[in-house]
Amino acid sequence: MTPLPLHVTALSIVSALGDGLEPMWTAMSFNRSALAAAPTEQRLPLNAWIGKISDLDTPLPAPWLTYDCRNHRLVERALHADGLMAAIERAIAEYGASRIGLITATSTSGILSTEIAYRQRDPGTGALPAEFSYESTHNTDAIGSFLRARLGLNGPAFTLSTACAATAKAFAAAARLIDAGLCDAVLVGGADSLCDTTLFGFHSLGVMAEGPCRPFDTGRSGISIGEAGGFALLERAQNDAALPDFCLLGYGETSDAYHMSSPDPEGLGSEAAMRRALEQAGLEPGDINYIHMHGTATLAGDAAEDRAVTRVFGETVPRGSTKAATGHTLGATGMIGVATALLAIQNSFLPGNQNLTDLEPGFSSAHVRFGRSAPVKRVMCNAFGFGGVNCSLIFGSKG
Amino acid sequence: MRFFIEQVGLCGPGLTSWGSAQNILAGREPYSDGETIIPALSLLPSNERRRAPRLVKLALAALTDALPPRAEHPCDYASVFASSGGDGEAVHAIMETLAGTAPELSPTRFHHSVHNVAAGYWSIATGSRKATTSLCAQNGSFVAGLMEAGCQAASASEKVVLVAYDLPYPTPLSEVRPIGGTFAVCFLLSPHASDETIARIDFSLASAAPTLCRHAALEKYRRSIPAARALPLLECVARRENKTLTLAYREDCSATLDVTPVS
Repeated sequence: MTPLPLHVTALSIVSALGDGLEPMWTAMSFNRSALAAAPTEQRLPLNAWIGKISDLDTPLPAPWLTYDCRNHRLVERALHADGLMAAIERAIAEYGASRIGLITATSTSGILSTEIAYRQRDPGTGALPAEFSYESTHNTDAIGSFLRARLGLNGPAFTLSTACAATAKAFAAAARLIDAGLCDAVLVGGADSLCDTTLFGFHSLGVMAEGPCRPFDTGRSGISIGEAGGFALLERAQNDAALPDFCLLGYGETSDAYHMSSPDPEGLGSEAAMRRALEQAGLEPGDINYIHMHGTATLAGDAAEDRAVTRVFGETVPRGSTKAATGHTLGATGMIGVATALLAIQNSFLPGNQNLTDLEPGFSSAHVRFGRSAPVKRVMCNAFGFGGVNCSLIFGSKG
Repeated sequence: MRFFIEQVGLCGPGLTSWGSAQNILAGREPYSDGETIIPALSLLPSNERRRAPRLVKLALAALTDALPPRAEHPCDYASVFASSGGDGEAVHAIMETLAGTAPELSPTRFHHSVHNVAAGYWSIATGSRKATTSLCAQNGSFVAGLMEAGCQAASASEKVVLVAYDLPYPTPLSEVRPIGGTFAVCFLLSPHASDETIARIDFSLASAAPTLCRHAALEKYRRSIPAARALPLLECVARRENKTLTLAYREDCSATLDVTPVS
């Protein structure tokens, strides 16, 4: 009926904090943030801060040059972090390339390449430059096509694109593929990279922060955008590669059915997603030791999520957002959540909610302001997106 | 993987609805090619109806053809939205604005640019809080959607609605990503046989050459519109044929569908 728990046998993460879990852990344990003021050439009409990866300037290796774009350079970096590539090669040898599913996820894919191409249109004909390749850079599934070619995978593959819930929902889709017997392992994850579309787009909605974002703070004024990529290898069988005490235990997916770009202020959809994940995992709210909240630092989003989390978990389960460390990495935020969950469990540590100085009156007192040591066996990760998409995942020890 | 088709919806060139298209697809009536007519939507509240992009109206046309709104029967299904691209009109407008000197985006255009825009409008229209998944596999998006919807139906043991839809991009994007017409198809899938079942599908992955459309005029659309890769399945269901189909998916991977009609 359900394939859960599924074993996580590799996990990689790249963000403005650095390549791999180690710099992320260092930043987490020292309460460091990677956010910095956006450079003036970004032309933004406010003092936005961003979580930018500084050196994404190296083109992809020659065989995959047709896929070259900022998003795929980030994907390539994530392949080389945390021993992921070796784990993929081991899985291919073990199961065969057609028995490994690939569920990629992104919100804006390589749209930056189209932004650049539109700046280079032929002034006479309006044509896009000849070297621009839409399908291998900007198409939503460009990331899936790139990875299939790059890794030699030829099993089931698609790219999930549900705005900021994308990489989180990819774990649910991956679990279903294994459940249906269509594959033995799934490489799941994705990337979102900085582009004008999201920087100016979120500004147009009036939800971009002046200065660095401040999740759950009474002075919060919106999001700081970041970029990130990461992947996990999920397997049904427990083998030597399985990360200790770290399984996918449950997932819950719902819709708000409320508004395209604003959350339901009551958080009914997100509450249902959290309850479904608990139910699927066969756990009670008290079995969760930390809730990695979506917590983007918008006025409406934080208020709705705080309410929903408190209805499900009461006031005691520690919770918080790490958006002030990495920025809101949009479709990749689910991977930041999964990586944070792993680090919290491995290090028995509750991550701090940076930039939270004055908690919004009425919000839960269970927000973790400064990182601290505590036993952590299971973590819930929330990710919500435009279109009213909600996803909650639970990771940790099955016992 | 096994699942059952209960309802079908359609909106394509010369194919205005599943009800009227069945005789054409079964070869009992002649096919006449023509522009896809997207019907006016009564489903959306007036605010959303005014703002909804054509891509959304197209997806909702196939959805409401399969699942006509009925007060006594709320449309509360998990859903999968498969499209080979997003709202090209919104993307084009955003790209033009950003190429200018002082970019100021329209917030509506921006939220229309997400791949899951149609799913968002659908959940608002139906009021359903069930899960929606929006996905893309380039030209193989229909098979990817069918696979995910089948998996969802099986693992949650509940009905799932799948809609696949594509329409041509505006110039100049249409030059780098040509799509040969406007097409949307919808299936309500169930994990169990019931009185509503019209066909049983046994789904597996292989690597074989695709089944072609019986109609030469429709074969042109199967080859040029990603969502129209569903056409051989639609023909098979309309003819109530017991048949094994191969649907094109990825270059090195296809889907095998054993279709068994159920009366």
